[in-house]
Amino acid sequence: MEQVVANGLYLGAQYALVALGLTLIFGLMNVLNFAHGQMYVLGGFITYAVYGQLGLPFVVAVIASGITLAIIGGFMERFLFRTVIRRSHREESTMLLAAATAFFFDAVILLIFGEKQRGVPKIVKGVFNDFGIILPYDRILVGLLAGAIILGFILFMKYTKPGRAMRALAQDRMAAQLMGVEVNRYTMIGFALGAMLAGFVGGLLATITGINSGIGGPISIKAFMMIMIGGAGVVSGAIAGGFILGMMESVGLTVLRQYGDVTYLVIFAALMVFLSIRPNGLMGKPWG
Amino acid sequence: MTQSQMTRRTLLGAVGVFALAAAAGPAAAADAKLKIGFVGVTSGPAAAWGTSNVRSMQTRAAWLNETGGVKIGDKTYEIEIITFDDQKDPKRAVEGMEKMAQEGIHYVVGPNVDDGAAAVRPVAEKNNIIYFPYAFPKELYTKPASNAVLGMIANYQSGPAIYKYLMDKKGVKKVAFVAANESDPLSQRDSGVAAAKALGLEVVADKDVYQNDTRDFTPVLTPIVALKPDLLVLSGVAPANAPLLIRSARELGYEGLISAETAQDAKVLSEGAGDLANGFISVGGASTPEIASDTMKEFVDRYTKMFGEYNDESNTKVYALEYIIETLKANPKAIDNVEEFKKTMDSFSAPNPFLKGDAKLSYVGMTSFGQKRQLAVPMVVNEYKDGAFQTLFVGTVD
Repeated sequence: MEQVVANGLYLGAQYALVALGLTLIFGLMNVLNFAHGQMYVLGGFITYAVYGQLGLPFVVAVIASGITLAIIGGFMERFLFRTVIRRSHREESTMLLAAATAFFFDAVILLIFGEKQRGVPKIVKGVFNDFGIILPYDRILVGLLAGAIILGFILFMKYTKPGRAMRALAQDRMAAQLMGVEVNRYTMIGFALGAMLAGFVGGLLATITGINSGIGGPISIKAFMMIMIGGAGVVSGAIAGGFILGMMESVGLTVLRQYGDVTYLVIFAALMVFLSIRPNGLMGKPWG
Repeated sequence: MTQSQMTRRTLLGAVGVFALAAAAGPAAAADAKLKIGFVGVTSGPAAAWGTSNVRSMQTRAAWLNETGGVKIGDKTYEIEIITFDDQKDPKRAVEGMEKMAQEGIHYVVGPNVDDGAAAVRPVAEKNNIIYFPYAFPKELYTKPASNAVLGMIANYQSGPAIYKYLMDKKGVKKVAFVAANESDPLSQRDSGVAAAKALGLEVVADKDVYQNDTRDFTPVLTPIVALKPDLLVLSGVAPANAPLLIRSARELGYEGLISAETAQDAKVLSEGAGDLANGFISVGGASTPEIASDTMKEFVDRYTKMFGEYNDESNTKVYALEYIIETLKANPKAIDNVEEFKKTMDSFSAPNPFLKGDAKLSYVGMTSFGQKRQLAVPMVVNEYKDGAFQTLFVGTVD
């Protein structure tokens, strides 16, 4: 059972980090970024190229992934989403745009990095094996790094000027604008930050799970599930959603294994019941 | 006219001449074009399966065209490969096969998965198309079906041979199976379980499954590793998932053997699992040094030059186009008459250019399907070791 809990916590940390960027963009702009998974994939491939192919240090590679995705995210907000939001009053326009960018990224990534699964050398060798828990040291390190990034993100949102501005925007865009918050500037920063988180997690997990060009869509779907559980647009909700999903998956795959692949069936069924009772998820929107 | 205008015009003229020359190159030797289709998956998580098909076909076609085309009967043909990405969606596969019919194509490689191969059957039969799926459902290849030709070794053919070998040579007694929750891997798991039981092996896990898009397999494998099987079979595992499963199992302390009955790629295993993949057993094709001919080596070189990196799955995927062309050469009437093609399949035999020695290309499948609806590709069982495959043993299918 200790192993199951450890697996769940590790998965949860991964998932929470994936969901954070998505929920940030949703909270700020009401945009469901279908390309979030593809951003994760791109981040993974940048780490693969920088660390795996060029042989530069892993930290440099992950930072390169984060910065590249931040720049891409900033451009996407400035030249795509801002334009569409200004010109269209229909919410589905941004969804269609997000879906189009997801397909675009899929095609570009496949073209540049090919169809094969890619992996990079382990950053730390060895396996922790005690107290009934087996966990490779690289997973422990990545789990801790994920936790540190989540903590850093929370502190950033809580105590810095851009963080406060973004929270204000998420709570009430009009009121924040009237109070002097530069809406365009902080929306772009928020989108870039969300994309950067996707880049970071893609880079971090490239060393554990590798990366391949076709996994963007499934990653996005899982991230949507997490923010549905926790509450869309709420940072603490994304974290809670990530850990809940990770734990449900770990426990389900052990307890329900003799019944075949029913773990996700049970998770989806539970999610449907849960959403019918709490349609805004655990934490609801907006965050405070 | 200024000098820069002249230079530009001269340059454009030169480019035009070169373009015409390039276009006319193969056509000058060929009388006509022979279109061969591909319908399969070249995007998404399983993209590697179809991409290795398409690239093998394109490499071989470019090579044949470069050497003047293919002489079938009195005519020389330039080979043209028409591709369609079905995205592993049966509805798209049907669209793809309909597109091939509209193009007047009679020979199509693919689809890559069971449901796609089953979905295209009515379209192929109605439009006189012979297709070469990489999918295992027996009903596609047994009568009354007659238009599908299995392009590889099925797991119900390779599985028993591998298990028997491992029983005899490595003392395997307990086996566990794990598969993705999709039709192909599940059917491969079920036939693998049946084969293992028939051999007298103890099957300790036969229901464990995972979502194909799983990225972390530790939770999936934790309970299986605790059962301490001698052999862990990754049924129908996609090349993208194999290194992740191997790595998770080894990191959880699993010390037994791991095998798969699907083709894998050594570079992917090396990058994804490193030394942890040593000893992994899978089914391959004909590029291991022990058996590869000079033609196979040149094919690998050309593929690598054309696409930057070789894919070991192409060791098997190289064969379909070769069979189509050689069968048409044997009976030129089959160029637009698939019934003639079917007649030729029963007695067809030609030298196998990809293997050393006097190996032959021929159609097989009598034991499994009751008719010759399978390509005789070598059943090469490989063991991964330090970044490359080594041949463990070579089997045949009749």
